[in-house]
Amino acid sequence: MAEIRVDSLKKSFGDFTAVKDSNFTVENGEFFVMLGPSGCGKTTTLRMIAGLEMPSSGKILLDGDDVTFNRASHRDIAFVFQLFALYPHMNVRRNIGFPLICQGIGRTEIRRRVEETARLLRIDHILDKPVSGLAGGDRQRVALGRAIVRRPKAFLMDEPLGTLDTEFRDLMVRELRELHNNIGATTVYVTHDQIEAMAMADKIAVMNHGVIEQFGPPQEIYDRPATMYVADFIGSPPMNFLAFRASLPKGGSNIDIGNASIEIPELREEVEESDLMLGVRPEHIRLDDTSAFRGKVIGTEYLGTTQIVTISTDHGQLKARFAADIPVREGETVGLSFAGERLSVFDRGSGRALHSALHDTHAETGG
Amino acid sequence: MSSTTAHSVVEPGRYLRFFAGAVVVVYALVTMIPLVWIFITGFKTPQDSISYPPKVIFEPSLEGYVNLFTTRTRQTPDYMATLPPPETWYDELVRSRQMVIAGPSKFGERFMNSIIIGFGSTFLSVFLGTLAAYAFSRFRIPLADDLLFFILSTRMMPPIAVAIPIFLMYRTVGLSDTHLGMIILYTTVNVSLAVWLLKGFVDEIPREYEEAALIDGYTRFQAFVKVVLPQMATGIAATAIFCLIFAWNEYAFALLLTSGTAQTAPPFIPTIIGEGGLDWPAIGAGVTLFLLPVLVFTILLRKHLLRGITFGAVRK
Repeated sequence: MAEIRVDSLKKSFGDFTAVKDSNFTVENGEFFVMLGPSGCGKTTTLRMIAGLEMPSSGKILLDGDDVTFNRASHRDIAFVFQLFALYPHMNVRRNIGFPLICQGIGRTEIRRRVEETARLLRIDHILDKPVSGLAGGDRQRVALGRAIVRRPKAFLMDEPLGTLDTEFRDLMVRELRELHNNIGATTVYVTHDQIEAMAMADKIAVMNHGVIEQFGPPQEIYDRPATMYVADFIGSPPMNFLAFRASLPKGGSNIDIGNASIEIPELREEVEESDLMLGVRPEHIRLDDTSAFRGKVIGTEYLGTTQIVTISTDHGQLKARFAADIPVREGETVGLSFAGERLSVFDRGSGRALHSALHDTHAETGG
Repeated sequence: MSSTTAHSVVEPGRYLRFFAGAVVVVYALVTMIPLVWIFITGFKTPQDSISYPPKVIFEPSLEGYVNLFTTRTRQTPDYMATLPPPETWYDELVRSRQMVIAGPSKFGERFMNSIIIGFGSTFLSVFLGTLAAYAFSRFRIPLADDLLFFILSTRMMPPIAVAIPIFLMYRTVGLSDTHLGMIILYTTVNVSLAVWLLKGFVDEIPREYEEAALIDGYTRFQAFVKVVLPQMATGIAATAIFCLIFAWNEYAFALLLTSGTAQTAPPFIPTIIGEGGLDWPAIGAGVTLFLLPVLVFTILLRKHLLRGITFGAVRK
């Protein structure tokens, strides 16, 4: 088991910079997820940690040892590939045992460990089958088995659930997390699926264009997005944005949008007159007839226990999550109020979240 | 256009299929005629082989095969009478023509040369081709595209165009009429084909397999041998057959560069001369035997070849 530290890591391919100055630490036993759209640099970062790609600059430390330029085979890290990369000319047993053969482990010991691993993953009944005929979930388990059997310092996984169908994916998300809880190995997991990330991660790094936009536990990333990009990427439907222009004093806790005054968490910094965005999660919107902030319902989407209501306002469109039993009719004009202590304010130019009382709680609880 | 029309274009009707099948079978039979003719000529007597109109029905004889493997001398009837009775069936056959066996012919030796040179150059081409193809497919090589094009340039002219320079060169360095010289020459011609064919096969193998092996603790070379090579088997088999067929059948260079110790079968077979002209049954027998190794080799690798021939459509 190990701690992985990534220090000012950069990677360029010719003119294209895939990873710009990444810094993070994955603590021993942590399940760490790198989340971002395709091409954001998350897989490149993972491949650099694995030793399959050499960084242009920066350092990778494994348990304090600099392994930046070590061969992949000398890092004692296991990697689960997106397409599993099960060797097609070997059966399940030989696939799982393959990493042990080069360690010079005896045949009976290999047999014992392969069978132990297979039992853990509940694939002991298919050990002597060829890998070509396996179903997606079983292929996934064999790939995991090949990683686990070595008892490596850390696991790296590159969108390992990407090719599975939804039903299997939910099952594997649970199994993976359960497996992690059992063996407690440091895991770096790459995905573009925020639901997977939220369900499994101890910590998430949200990446965009080679930059880590935010690094923290899932709850913090959801509640206190550091940038508009993160706010928009996480959550379904994502955070709503209402544009306004104002200069705000330090300690201010009110903003005016149109003729409505909206309470926000107390600001911890001063802002000169500029274009700003109010960020509101769908579940932090309430119907309130007394409110001066009004909009017209233009669509509803029934989801069982809740409904997503699309409301058009003078300052942008909102998607609100209401309880399913609240009657809302399309075309109706409604008043809206917000859960003031949960709102974020962003600088529109840089996309950065303004420091506010919202982040005080972070210091107390998240620290 | 409706989808039903599209389907009827893809799937021809029964009669059309039957007709198409018949055309293919007839065409195949037509192309087989020379082979069949050579094969039956091997079992004719010299008289039957040159009779006109050609004989399709004849009494089979092994004279061609006996003549192929032996040299014979004609003797007077008086001398023949002094000989002890023939010991074997082929002694008897030769004596019935008023001749005695003087010794073995050079055919066995030439055939062996063909085997050594053909398989030697095939092995070397495929070996070098596999390594080069892997390197071109996996590593960032400066000017890789130009190099690949340059490799192919050896096949852009008929090989015989450079026969004279090669002949002079070989004479100077002492490679004329040697096995090594012929193996090097055929390898030179074949290696470009091998690199290009095999590169296609390596490109088809996802890199993840090797990367998985690298992470599992293997060196790049071990990963190549244990993971890439087994998956290249199809491509290697297909490439080996193409290389062998070229090296085995090559005539022009063999004729020019070999005359004795390293002469291969192709330039030797047409020189088999009997009494009063070419010994057609012996030539027929020689060609028949000459076809066998490639046939056997192809049948042995048939399973791989059938998959290999479809090239791109191999995986998944």
